Formats: sequence, structure tokens, C-alpha cells
Amino acid sequence: MSAKESSSGSSTVEYIQHHLTNLCAGDCDPVTHKAASFWAWHLDTLFFSFVLGALIVAVSWRLSRRLTAGVPGGFQNFAESLVEFVSTQVKDTFPGYNPLIAPMALTIFLWVWLMNFMDLIPVDLLPVIASFFGIQYLKVVPTTDLSTTFALSLTVFALIIYYNIKVKGVLGYLKMFLFHPFGKYLVPVNIVMTLIEELAKPLSLALRLFGNLFAGELVFLLIALIGGTMAVGLAALFWLPLQVLLDLGWLIFHLLIITLQAFIFMVLTIVYLGMAHTTEH
Amino acid sequence: MNITVTLIGQMAAFVLLIWFVNKVLWGPLNNLLAERQKRIADGLAAAEKGKRELELSEKRAREVLHEAKAQAAEIIAQSEKRASEIIEEAKADARNEGERLLAAARAEIEREANRAKEQLRAQVAALAVAGAERILKREIDDKAHAELLQDLVSQLR
Repeated sequence: MSAKESSSGSSTVEYIQHHLTNLCAGDCDPVTHKAASFWAWHLDTLFFSFVLGALIVAVSWRLSRRLTAGVPGGFQNFAESLVEFVSTQVKDTFPGYNPLIAPMALTIFLWVWLMNFMDLIPVDLLPVIASFFGIQYLKVVPTTDLSTTFALSLTVFALIIYYNIKVKGVLGYLKMFLFHPFGKYLVPVNIVMTLIEELAKPLSLALRLFGNLFAGELVFLLIALIGGTMAVGLAALFWLPLQVLLDLGWLIFHLLIITLQAFIFMVLTIVYLGMAHTTEH
Repeated sequence: MNITVTLIGQMAAFVLLIWFVNKVLWGPLNNLLAERQKRIADGLAAAEKGKRELELSEKRAREVLHEAKAQAAEIIAQSEKRASEIIEEAKADARNEGERLLAAARAEIEREANRAKEQLRAQVAALAVAGAERILKREIDDKAHAELLQDLVSQLR
């Protein structure tokens, strides 16, 4: 977990910036290695999220072949309680029945949690390993990439619009913009209010997750810097234990945060889609 | 900026993952839970049914036991009655037999008495004849009346 050879203030900034730079391909800035335009691929984000998604599929597939309706064994127990948990959330907050909602909620919870979990891996471990293979930049937490969080929230947003139109009809959906929340005498205000309300849904979903994870990652980087910058000579006897202690504390706290964020994303998705399914406001 | 074409890739991955999760995790597990729910419900219903049946059969067993007890009591009463009847019959038989024996004995006694009477009569006749002989000895000619006397003796014997 120790930071690389960085002793001065500028290299501290460099260290952090280096860690927060994605492995870019396509239209990238050759100097800063940041995306220069929309047409840049963040390979690390894609790689880790795909691997974690594949992990979910592989583990589920293996589990699904050994399912038993009798007395469930260890891992099946866990998977069942997870499914029951999501199922309860959906039943509690979602009006009516839609076969898409629960699997999506489960996917969000699992995938977001796993991507968040990458945050708990020591910040330098994977980048250092990658550097052995000649990969200079690696940002291991996909949810600290706005592309990921917006991909999730915009997909949800698309579904919100789809179900709004499906349930209320195109006219019903437009009426919602015109006459909600203040009735027919304040139509312009209503349009602005509803527009903000609707746009706030994907924005808040994406930014909340991104902000929490980005900040968490940053704190891990700062804690890692303690060992890297201060632990010189005898001072290491003080700073290294402090770093370990702080890291452990933040790790435990962050474990709660990543679970909470995955849960919030899931629940809000259910709530927003539930709102899209209700006709009267 | 930070939002790049990665967004599209992640969206595709997300949609694909939802499909996969539905296929390999949510679907099978949900079916399984539904199946187990049904199984448990069935089991509970069967248990309930079994309990009811047990109650029913217990009730029936009680009835049968009760019936059997009543029957047994009836049989005992009958047999007691029969036993007393048999005793009565035996008593009556014994009494009849006794009476019969008594009657037979009486008849025997009477017969004996009659025989004794006959003997006595014969002897009385003999004595009478003897007496009469003595009285009549002088008047009766042995030779003249021998035949008559002989006949008389044979009659008395």
C-alpha cells in the first residue's frame, strides 16, 4: 500500500493524478493521457466492469446447475437470501408487477457492489502489477468513472421514459409536464419543475454513486500517501502504524459505504420505475 | 471530459448483464423459491390433513373401544344369565333325579312289602291249613280226601 517514490508536494499531486487517470485508448491527449473528446475508451473501466459482470454470470451459472429445492447448502443459502432481499425491496416499493424490475435491481446491486468493492483493494496493488505488463495508467474502480455511473443511470432513465409513455401514453406523459405539480394555471412553471424533477433522477443517481466512490478512493490515496511521503527513517515507526490504522478504519467504514451506495442505487431505481408506473400523481 | 464512449460500452454491458442475471440467477432462484414455497405449503397442508385424520381416527378408535366395552359387558351379562340358568337347570335336574330315585326306592319298598305280605299270606295259609288239618284230622279220611288236600297244598304253595 505504500506510495511510490514521491517525496515533494508536486509529486504528491502527480501520484494522486496518476491514480485518477484512466487507461485511455482512442482519442486521448498524448500528454496528460486524459480523454480528449467523447471518442476515447477507458479500457480499465471496461475491463474491470466486464470481468466483474462475467464473474457474476459465471458464479450464478455454476450455482444454477446445483440448485436444489430441498435443504439449501452454503452458497445457495446466501444467493437465496440475496434474491429474497431484492425481492422484498421490489415488493415493498414497486406497485404492480413487472418481470424486468427485480432482475434489474439485483443486477444493479450485485454489479455496483462488486465494482465498488474494487475500491477496497489496496490502491497501488493492481496499478503496480499492471506496470509490470507495461500498462502505465490504471484506475481500478469502475464506479469512479462517470461513464459507468451515467451508463447505469441513463439506462434507468431510458426505462423511466419508456414506462412513463407505456403506462400513461404519450399524451399522459406530456400532460404530466404541463399540469404537474401546480395545476393548469402555472403551466410554464410546471414544465420547468417537472423537467428538473425528471432530469434530477439520472443525474442524482449517477453523481451520488460517483461522488461517494471518488471521494472514498481519494481518501484511500491520501492515507496511502502517509506511508509514502512521511515514513522516512525512524519516523516510519510512527507513520506506518498510523497509516495501517487509518487504512483499516476507512476500509471498514467504506465497506458500509459501498454497500449502502449499491443499495441506494437499487432502491432508487425501483422507486423511480415505480413512479413511472403509477398513473395519477 | 470524463464521460466518453465508454458510456456506450457500459450501457451495453449493463443491459447484457441484466439479461444474464435474469437468465442464470434471478430466474432459476425465483423458480426454486416458488417451488419450495409450494412444497412447504403442501407439506403444511398435508400435516394439517394428517392431524385432522388422526383426530378423526382417534375419535373412531374411542367409539370402537366404547362399543367393544359395551359389547363385552353385554356378553358378560348374557353369560352370567346363562350360567345362572344352567345352575337353575342343574338344580332342577338334580331335584327331579332325587325325586325319581325316591319314587323308585318307595316302589321297591312297596314291592318288598308286598312280597313279604305274600309270603306271610302263604305261611298264614299253610298255618291255616295245618290248623284246619289238625282240627279236621279226625273227620277227614286221608284216603278219601288225599287228592283234595294235595290240590289245596299246591294251591297254597
